[in-house]
Amino acid sequence: MTDHKFKPFSEMTDEDYRAVGFKSGLEVHQQLLTEKKLFCRCPAGRYSENYNAEILRHMRPTLSELGEYDGTALMEFKTKKEIIYRINRETVCTYEMDDTPPFEINDEALDIAFGIGMIYGSSMVDEVHIARKQYLDGSIPTGFQRTAIVCLDGSIPYKDREIQVIQLSIEEDSCREVSDIGHRRTYITDRLGMPLIETVTGPDMRTPQEVAEVGELIRRIARSTGKVRTGIGAARQDVNVSVTGGTRIEIKGVPRIPLIPLLTYNEAMRQWNLLRLRDELHRRGITPETFTATTTDVTKILRKTRYQPITGAVTSGMKVMCVLLKGFRGLLRWETQTDTHFSREISDRVRVISCLTTLPNIIHSDSPSETIASSEWSALKKTVGATEDDVIVLVWGDETDAPAGANEVVIRAKEATIGVPSETRQALRDGTNGFERILPGPDRMYPDTDLPPKKITAERLAKIRAGLPTPVWEREKKYHDLGIPLHRAKTLAASAWARVFEEATGNHGLNARFVSELLVDRLKPLRRKLGKNLKLTPELAGLLLNHFAEGRILRDPLFFMMAAAARTGELPAEAAGPPATTSEIKEAVKAAAASVAKMELRDPANGMRLAMGLAMSKLRFRANGKDVKALVEEVYNG
Amino acid sequence: MADNDYKGYRGQALGVLKNYSAMIWSDVEVETEAGTYKGIVLPRSETADDKHIVIKLRSGYNIGIAADRITNIGIGGRKEAHYKIPEKEFPYDPKKPRVKLLGTGGTIASRLDYRTGAVIPAFSPGELYGSVPELADICNLETEKLYGVFSENMGPEQWIGTAQAIGREIEKGVQGIVIGHGTDTMHHTAAILSFMVQNSPVPIVMVGSQRSSDRPSSDAALNLMHSVKTAAESDMAEVMVCMFGPTSDEYGLLHRGTRVRKMHSSYRSTFRTIGDIPIGMVSREKITPLRADYKKRRHDKNVVINTAFEEKVGMVYYYPNMKPDMIDSMIDNGYRGIVIAGTGLGHVNKPLYPALKRAQEKGVAIYMTVQTLWGYVQMYVYDTGRDMMELGVVPCANMLPEVAYMKLGWALGQTDDLTRVKEIMLTPIAGEITEREPSNGYLIFQGGIPEVEEYISKYRK
Repeated sequence: MTDHKFKPFSEMTDEDYRAVGFKSGLEVHQQLLTEKKLFCRCPAGRYSENYNAEILRHMRPTLSELGEYDGTALMEFKTKKEIIYRINRETVCTYEMDDTPPFEINDEALDIAFGIGMIYGSSMVDEVHIARKQYLDGSIPTGFQRTAIVCLDGSIPYKDREIQVIQLSIEEDSCREVSDIGHRRTYITDRLGMPLIETVTGPDMRTPQEVAEVGELIRRIARSTGKVRTGIGAARQDVNVSVTGGTRIEIKGVPRIPLIPLLTYNEAMRQWNLLRLRDELHRRGITPETFTATTTDVTKILRKTRYQPITGAVTSGMKVMCVLLKGFRGLLRWETQTDTHFSREISDRVRVISCLTTLPNIIHSDSPSETIASSEWSALKKTVGATEDDVIVLVWGDETDAPAGANEVVIRAKEATIGVPSETRQALRDGTNGFERILPGPDRMYPDTDLPPKKITAERLAKIRAGLPTPVWEREKKYHDLGIPLHRAKTLAASAWARVFEEATGNHGLNARFVSELLVDRLKPLRRKLGKNLKLTPELAGLLLNHFAEGRILRDPLFFMMAAAARTGELPAEAAGPPATTSEIKEAVKAAAASVAKMELRDPANGMRLAMGLAMSKLRFRANGKDVKALVEEVYNG
Repeated sequence: MADNDYKGYRGQALGVLKNYSAMIWSDVEVETEAGTYKGIVLPRSETADDKHIVIKLRSGYNIGIAADRITNIGIGGRKEAHYKIPEKEFPYDPKKPRVKLLGTGGTIASRLDYRTGAVIPAFSPGELYGSVPELADICNLETEKLYGVFSENMGPEQWIGTAQAIGREIEKGVQGIVIGHGTDTMHHTAAILSFMVQNSPVPIVMVGSQRSSDRPSSDAALNLMHSVKTAAESDMAEVMVCMFGPTSDEYGLLHRGTRVRKMHSSYRSTFRTIGDIPIGMVSREKITPLRADYKKRRHDKNVVINTAFEEKVGMVYYYPNMKPDMIDSMIDNGYRGIVIAGTGLGHVNKPLYPALKRAQEKGVAIYMTVQTLWGYVQMYVYDTGRDMMELGVVPCANMLPEVAYMKLGWALGQTDDLTRVKEIMLTPIAGEITEREPSNGYLIFQGGIPEVEEYISKYRK
């Protein structure tokens, strides 16, 4: 079944993905637009790289509620990391530092989460139970994330089918990693504790393109409420991918949706190629039962090597371990992802679990690049008893890390005989992915004993439901039917401007195409230019359109005023109307012409243009350009 | 036990569960009009309402489902939790010192309590080794569970029992003793043990944790390592409290049992030595004494255990506008001793004087301490103080209020003679009164000041 190779990304068809059994689901994390954090009263959304203090912690695994240790937790414990938290007193209090118990959950955040769950048509839980989800990587100082299921079992319409929304949870955001070198990992804590929701879909997407499209749809749904954060890092995706015979692999922290297709393609390819590798191993007679590997300390043999990474290690008193993988010849060069080989899978594990973070951290006898001398390879092979059919792998580090690294080499090689190990993987910039940690299971969940369950009343839900926007897909269709081009309808439907649009076209009867153009196409260059300094709010835009609808502002001034309000955050005084009368315009044009007449113009033909400019600077907010122009022409052309 | 099958459920919720025979730990499919939920029925906290059923979903999350929405429960199996840290027998190494860990409770070892939904202390030697194997690198550890109570429930019975247990262990020749204790009243117990156990030849180290050991970031493991190391290796033969120095996982402080106090409701570095400096610091690598005047380890077994304790002793935290009936009611209820935590140098208002006089006449011992915690009682400075001394109120120098309470109970347990009681009270035996307060004995840094901010940014909190 796994007999053929994977086609390049650009050549893959839907049929090809169907053939390998591509399946993918999403976990979309979306920050909520609240004033404060989820379990304390720190301000939300205030980021700063500055810090006033540092704290050092270690993490130890604990038992789950059902009395079991979580695999990931044990892995993280093996790494024995020192974790440093950088703390800014403006954004972090003693709660995030894990020195104060949680305060009650932020109701504002909870309401937003329920609202989005309602858009999915999910069933709400009657009582919210806060859980602790263990994260021993240190990304949260408590060692767990406080999280709770808000609703279950919803769906999103997509193409001609429904994408299942398995669950929606509310949770606190984690720290941002600053660095991870050797046994020390550093985090900045500003983002910690921000309210997030996580939307988990079923494995219902069949091609990488579909994954991206559904991701976009989920984001638009969230944005349509106007109650979520936007901008870099405000929404992050985890993507689950599997192929037939493979394993559900989670690719964590995909920051941008356009990266999804290539990432999921590469993961499907990786799984496919690992399955082919397994078949090859079985063909060679290597199974989990017959797998043989030995580890030998070969520091002495390599004492005089000229290969710099090992020379450096040996002179500073480190150890070099040699792992013999029986029958693995050539297989460390087995392609897993685009331009990536099985040796990377091993190197990643050694890096993450054994903390040997300086690369290269392993070399092996199949490697085509120059490392240690061929005589040294021969000597090593002889010492460890390697034959032509075998491969040997070298790993070096201090007396704890080197044997730990060798152990990881053996563990990962053995897993190749089974197939695709359950892992969470990290999205990399080139569209491939790398090992992050062993996939955590339900055993890492533990009830939060610091907070009682929270009962959700029917009245509360009814109130949230009453304030909900129409689902974004319904709005999209409605706008399109009004004659708005599809791309614009989509953008508008998912934005906070939709409310302004509905009021302007509904209550005020303004033209839908005109209003949508104003709120989408005309706003775009302003947003691009002003970025974060864009001060136009939906309220201001609504006011402006109201003035326009009631004749206090003309069409051209409307655009000028919007640009002005975008810059200053307030409407020009002229917005209150009325527009300039014909005699007022005449007056201004005459004054402009008089000023121009006093100037010594090199080319008198420019006079009319100058007069037009002068008149418009006075009448910009009060008259349409064409009316001014007509009067200017009248003056000059008689 | 039928009740255990539906642990914590009452009323309507219990009725629904019984109706479908869905006992706790059942693997179920709960049907409601809104949808079907698959998971395991969990026990319910007794303090929670009787209208919801708690299910652990396959994902590991728990949710509550309203009992009145349930239309059917199908049962597929059963998965009971076995909350048990892998127990391993503590390895024996003849070259390592013998340390005894006495457990009284507290969050140093704890697990979930389904009855209340809170954590309850669990103490088993094998469990401790299973969760903190590093202990075997330090000593041969023996453990004994004396009590399993929250620290606020510690009282004379437990203090006396603990002191006696310490005496027994010293008699058996252990090289050090560690006492696991809840943190809330750890300083009370440290004080009374400082009086009840005298002339100890070995270190007696009290330890607890501020974050329960069911959390990955718990301080329990490191505190335990620090305290066991101190008991095994230090030459400090005193009753000490060993808890985090900073909130970071860096080092612990060894506080003298009579000068230590819990100063923050939740911080890890909550224990501070008041009016003096700690005896030493301890990290996983080494023990660093900060002073030389501590009692040194000996090789004899000449410990003196004196467990006398009078329970009819009380403490009054004075506040302006306090009425004399506060004191009167204690006199009328047969209290034999009262410790007052007075304002400033040790004052109470004039309206209390008649009550104090009455107490003196009834033979009630009254001792004055300061609610400022730092500093000495000085009753000569103002007339108020002199007046009170006339009324028989005895100043306790710089004894901490809780320590004075413990000592007064201990003294009155030994004798009815108030002169003798006074002699016991004012003769320092374990550092509870010091002759002088060093200038670094009072340091409460004020955040915001440039030099303090500089210090905080330079050293890990």
